[in-house]
Amino acid sequence: MSDAAQTFKLDGTDCTFEPGQTVLQAALAAGRYIPHLCYHPEFRPHGSCKLCTVKVNGHHATSCTMPARAGLSIESETAELNAERRMMVQLLFVEGNHFCPSCEKSGHCKLQAVAYDLGMTSPRFDHFFPDRPVDATHPDLMLDFNRCILCELCVRASAEVDGKHVFALGGRGMGKHLVVNSKSGLLRDSEVSKTDKAVEVCPVGVIIRKRVGFATPVGARRFDERPISAQASEYAPRPPPQREK
Amino acid sequence: MHFEIPGDAAVEVAVRRAVGSWGNAPTRLLQVLRETQEQLGFLPPQALERIAGEVGVSIATARGVAAFYSFLYTEPQGAYRLLFSDNVTDRMHGSAVRMREMGERLWVEPGKISEDGLVSLGRTSSIGLCDHAPALLVNGLPVPDVDARRASEICDLILARVPLAEWPRELFVVEDFVRRRDAMLSDAARPGEAIRAAIERGEASGTGPQATLEEIKRARLLGRGGAGFTTGVKWESCSRQQVTPRVVVCNADEGEPGTFKDRLLLRQHADLVFEGMTVAAYGIGATQGFVYLRGEYRYMLESLRETLERRRRAGLLGTAICGRDGFDFDVEIHVGAGSYVCGEASALVESLEGKRGIPRNRPPRLAEKGYLGRPTVVNNVESYCAAALILLRGADWFCSRGTERSSGTKLLSVSGDCERPGVYEYPFGVSVAQVLEDAGARNTIAAQVGGPSGVCLGQDEFTRRIGFEDIETGGAFMVFDASRDMFEVARHFSHFFAHESCGFCTPCRVGTSLLRNLMDRIRDGKGSQHDLVAIEELGGLLRGASHCGLGESASRPLLDTLQRFRPAYERRLESPAVEPAFDLDGALARARRMTGRDDEGAHIGEAP
Repeated sequence: MSDAAQTFKLDGTDCTFEPGQTVLQAALAAGRYIPHLCYHPEFRPHGSCKLCTVKVNGHHATSCTMPARAGLSIESETAELNAERRMMVQLLFVEGNHFCPSCEKSGHCKLQAVAYDLGMTSPRFDHFFPDRPVDATHPDLMLDFNRCILCELCVRASAEVDGKHVFALGGRGMGKHLVVNSKSGLLRDSEVSKTDKAVEVCPVGVIIRKRVGFATPVGARRFDERPISAQASEYAPRPPPQREK
Repeated sequence: MHFEIPGDAAVEVAVRRAVGSWGNAPTRLLQVLRETQEQLGFLPPQALERIAGEVGVSIATARGVAAFYSFLYTEPQGAYRLLFSDNVTDRMHGSAVRMREMGERLWVEPGKISEDGLVSLGRTSSIGLCDHAPALLVNGLPVPDVDARRASEICDLILARVPLAEWPRELFVVEDFVRRRDAMLSDAARPGEAIRAAIERGEASGTGPQATLEEIKRARLLGRGGAGFTTGVKWESCSRQQVTPRVVVCNADEGEPGTFKDRLLLRQHADLVFEGMTVAAYGIGATQGFVYLRGEYRYMLESLRETLERRRRAGLLGTAICGRDGFDFDVEIHVGAGSYVCGEASALVESLEGKRGIPRNRPPRLAEKGYLGRPTVVNNVESYCAAALILLRGADWFCSRGTERSSGTKLLSVSGDCERPGVYEYPFGVSVAQVLEDAGARNTIAAQVGGPSGVCLGQDEFTRRIGFEDIETGGAFMVFDASRDMFEVARHFSHFFAHESCGFCTPCRVGTSLLRNLMDRIRDGKGSQHDLVAIEELGGLLRGASHCGLGESASRPLLDTLQRFRPAYERRLESPAVEPAFDLDGALARARRMTGRDDEGAHIGEAP
C-alpha cells in the first residue's frame, strides 16, 4: 500500500485520509464536521458518546474509532442520523441536571452547542433529576457533577498528559460516576492543579476554575459567535501542545 | 453470628491472604477484592486503600472497580446475605411472595440490612437455576426450589444464628435435569483422549497443530454462546499472530437469564471443557488459559480446581502435556462478581485484567490483541466441549447431525411453564413446537428463545427452527402459557437491562433506564400512545447506535412484544392523549401534610 492519500466517500463526496486515521479524524482534517462530544483531537478516541455515529454501507458505526479505509461509503448528514444524534443529546440532558441559564459555561459548553446545532428544542424525555453533590473543597477549582456527561476526557487527560490519574470512573449503568483519586475522595486532597490538562478539556461545566466564570460576557462566547459545526477545523487532529512542567 | 466492622488488623490479615493467593499484579485487582471480601463480608475503606497500594493501582481505580460489580460491597452487609434470583421464571414461580414472607419473618426490607445486622435481603439477576425456580443465594451458596417450607426453614436457621457450615446439606443440593441426550451428553470420552487424538491427527497428516484447526474448520463449528462466530476462523486468525504467549479463555459467565446448560457442563463434564481448551491451546499454540467463572457459580470453584489438579497430575495440563516437549499449557480460574456485560468477550477480557467490564472497541479483535495485548481466543463452555469431541470423533461424525449451516447439536435450557424443565440436547434444526412438546408445555402463548436478548416467539412461529439459519440462540428457552401477561415479562426484562448496562455509551446507559421508566409508567396506568412511540424510537436508537450487543438487544423484548402482544400494552393506556409525566397535585401532598391543609385551595386541578 502506498503512502499517497487515499479516499472514502462521505455523503457522496470524496474525503481523503492518511493511514492510521479514523473516519472522524479524516473528516475533521478535511474540514468536514461530524457531531461529537467525547472525541478530542489530542487524545486517542474511545467512542462512548456515540454522537459521531454514521452509517457505513448501511450499518451503524462509530466514526471516531472506525479506521478509515479506501472505498468506504459513509453517510453522516442525513435526517435519520441527525434525528438519532438529537435523541442522544436529549438523553444526556435528561440524565444530568443541566440548567443552561444559570451555568457559567453557557456559550462555551459543547453539549449546549451541539444541541443548538442539531436543532434540539426540548428534552422530550422525563428528567431523572439525579442527586449529585458538588465538590467545592479545592481552593482554585470546583466540580459540579450535575453537568457530567461521562465523556472521560478528564480521565484520559489526567492519566496521559498530566501523569496524575486524578480522575477515574466508578459504578455502572446510570450509577456510573466520576471518582476523584484521593483518600477522602475530595478534590482538595488530590494532586490536581489548576493548570492541568484535565481541567482544560472538560467540554461541559463540571470542572470549573473559580473566580473567572464570567470573564467573557455571555453573548460574546465561543459558540455565541458561530455554531460548533462551523468550527470543525479547530477539532482536527493535532499533536498535544508542549506543556511546561 | 453477628456482624462486626473489621479492625485494621483484620483488614491487614485478609488483604495479605488474598494477595498471597493471587499475587500483586494490577490484573489481580478484582480477584483480590473478591477474596478479601469473602473474609470480611464487605470492603471497608481501609481495605480498598490497602489493596490499591498492594496491587499498584490508584485508590480511585480500586473504588471504581469495586463499584462496578454487583457482588462487591463497600457498605456493611448482613451476616447472612440472601439474594433472590430475579429472572422472570423465578417471579413466575413465586419469588416475590417468598421474599415478602422471609422479609417479614426476618424483620428486614428488601434491599436493606436488618437493624441488628443479622441479615440482608435483595435481588440479583438470574443465578442459573431457572429449572429450580424460585432460587436464592445465601452468602454465595445456591438454594434451589425455595417453596414456603424451605423459606421458613431458612428463616429458622438464620434466627437461631446457625452458622452456614452447619445448615443441612440437602438445602444446597442442585439436581441437574438432563431430559434429552444426544451426541455430546451421551459421549463417554475419557480425559486425555481428545488431546491425544489431536496430536495423532497432526502426526498422521504431517501438519502438526494445523490439523486441529483444519478439523474444527471442516466441522463448521459455530460459537455456542449465541453470537455464532466461526470457531475455526477465530482460532486460525489467533494462531497466525506473531506475538506470544497466546491465550485461551473459556467464557463461563453464563449470565443470559434463562440459561443454565453451562452449569451442567461445568459440574458434570468439566473434563470435557478443559479438554477442549487444551485442544484449542494445541491448535493455536497457546500456553496460558483462563476460565472466567461467573460470580453466581462461585460454589463450583473448588471442584473445578480439583479437576484441574487431577489433570495436572495426569500430565494433561502443565509442561510437556501428553509427554510432548514444548506442549505447555495451564488453566487458571478467575471468578466474576455479578456483571452480565462481562459475558461479552472483550468485556470479559477487561475483567480478567482486573478492570471494570467495559466492552472494547474493535478493531483490534481479541484474536489479535486480547488479554494484556496477547492474541486470545474466547469461546463458550459448550463450544470447547464440541471442539474436544470434533477432534476425538472427527468432523464427519460431528456434521452428521444438525443442518447444513448449523452442524452438530445444541444444548437448550428449558424453563418456565412446562412440566419438565431442564437441559435438552437436540441436533440443530429442531422446531420450537417439538421442544415445547417434549418439555410438556401446554397452552403456550410465547417462547422466549435466547433469553431477554433473544427473540420472543408467538404461537404462529412455533414451526420455526433452532439453528443459525433461523433462530440463533445461546440456549435459553423460556416458556409462557396463557396465564402470563407478556407485558409484565417485557417490563421485567427492561429492568434487567437497565440494571446490567455498563454505562459506557450514551444510548444504552440512559436509554435502558428510560425504557424501564416508560414501562413502569405504563404499568401504573399513566401511559399513553405517545409512550409507545417513544419506546419504539428509543428501541431503534439502542439497536443501531449502542456500543455492544447488550445495548443492541436491550430493546428487543419490548419491540418484539409490542409487535406480537400489543393489546397487552394498549389495555393499560389510561388515555389516548398525552399524560403529563409530572403529577403537580401529588407534588403538593407533602406541603399539605406539613401545613395541615386539605381544602380546595391547597389542590391544583380537580379536588380529591
